[in-house]
Amino acid sequence: MTKLEAVIQPSKLDAVKDALLEIGIDGLTVLEVRGHGRQKGHTEFYRGREYSVDLLPKIKLEVVLHDEKVDEVVKAILRAAQTGKIGDGKIFLSRVDEAIRIRNEERGADAL
Amino acid sequence: MLVSSALVLMMTGPGLALFYGGLVRKKNVLSTMMQSFAMMGIVTVIWGVIGFSLAFGPGNGFIGGFQHLFLHGVGAAPDSDYAATIPFQTFMVYQLMFAIITPALISGAFAERMKFSGMVVFLSLWSIVIYSPMAHMVWGKGGLLNASLGGRFPCLDFAGGTVVHVTSGVSALVCALYLGKRKDYPQEVFRPHSVVLSFVGACMLWVGWFGFNAGSALSAGSLATSAFVATHFAAAAAALSWMAAEWIIAGHPSALGGISGAVAGLVAITPAAGFVGPMPALIIGLIAGLFCYMMVAKVKAWFGYDDSLDAFGVHGAGGTLGAILTGVFASRYVNPMFKDAQGNLLGSGLFDGNAHQLLNQATGVVIAWVLAAVGTLILLKFVDLTVGLRVTEEHEVEGLDLSQHGEEGYALES
Repeated sequence: MTKLEAVIQPSKLDAVKDALLEIGIDGLTVLEVRGHGRQKGHTEFYRGREYSVDLLPKIKLEVVLHDEKVDEVVKAILRAAQTGKIGDGKIFLSRVDEAIRIRNEERGADAL
Repeated sequence: MLVSSALVLMMTGPGLALFYGGLVRKKNVLSTMMQSFAMMGIVTVIWGVIGFSLAFGPGNGFIGGFQHLFLHGVGAAPDSDYAATIPFQTFMVYQLMFAIITPALISGAFAERMKFSGMVVFLSLWSIVIYSPMAHMVWGKGGLLNASLGGRFPCLDFAGGTVVHVTSGVSALVCALYLGKRKDYPQEVFRPHSVVLSFVGACMLWVGWFGFNAGSALSAGSLATSAFVATHFAAAAAALSWMAAEWIIAGHPSALGGISGAVAGLVAITPAAGFVGPMPALIIGLIAGLFCYMMVAKVKAWFGYDDSLDAFGVHGAGGTLGAILTGVFASRYVNPMFKDAQGNLLGSGLFDGNAHQLLNQATGVVIAWVLAAVGTLILLKFVDLTVGLRVTEEHEVEGLDLSQHGEEGYALES
């Protein structure tokens, strides 16, 4: 099993969700997060005082996958979330040892 | 008049409470709103017991007497000197709403760092020691600065440029200097937690201000209309000029700039409404927007005082400007104020052929500045030595909502 974490632009969430649904991914977790990579923040002015915002709002999407689905899902996210500009985000993949469904205690890939 | 009274109360709560509440960090939103709301309770009691009498009871040039203590003699019968066509009690309650908002305005300067207990004692005393005498001098019969009831220096102040805005604004500056800066200011920039709340509050202030200024005619009619129109024109012009200045200097015409400008224009037109026509009102508004923007965005930074929500930059500076410009633009054709011994009308302001009026306006401003500055300093010292003024650093970091009131403005997880 592989955990996929993708940090994306908030405006791309709907497109990514639709793309994942199309290829049969029906479970995922979405978090509202803030952060930055190489993308610089912006400045705001309040009555002449300059306020710099360097942590920008992002969406983090988590989904645990059967290993054979990983390539397909990565491609779908890239297609849906890419604008080609700095700030598009990143995808991280990592191994998952175990998954347990709380309702009936199913384990492993069956629990996904 | 009753509707105008209600409109003026709406300026304090929710108007000013929202305007100020949105500008602070979210850990201080309730404490900031409470500083305005508390005045609705406290000043009402004080006004009934002694405040009204000290402001409008018969007295000397500086302060009224005790004749109306506990509102004695304030009933349905009109007082022919103050307002011949409405019950004296209506006049009393209308004036009360002004007495409520004035100390509430000061709270913008000490927001996010003053103890609730210290604030209650300080502003209660302020209302008695500074507001009532100033109101008496300008509006009370025989007051030193009264323009229509026998004042030595007739100062034109239609709805409270000196009484409300100069006194509160100057006291605000003294508070900011005495209390010192908020922790981490100015190294850290504190972003308003909700410009949306401030926006709603400022728009309520704009609407409420019609009660404040047009109501000050004390009857419905042409003078009230003239004050209403001047008020509106000045607010519009100042909103535009502040935004334009900001657009040119900082790059964007911000929502906060627009509403701040509108409030600055409303402040500046307060003494002049009822004495000037719509076009001078536009000019006063234009100047006020630019002037207050410079005070808030530049002058404050040069001097480095922490007037948290710009109570001085907007009310002190805008009120002073407005009081002086009233002496420039006041016209006998809008409101006949001065007559010679034969009963012929005389000019009101500089452009109306009465340059001397500028001196009277300046006298009013100087007296308001001195009374507010000296009085506030003494009261702050007294409160500081007794109940204390400033919260502990620990409480300031934690936020005043929790440390002073034991609650939070936004408990979104509940």
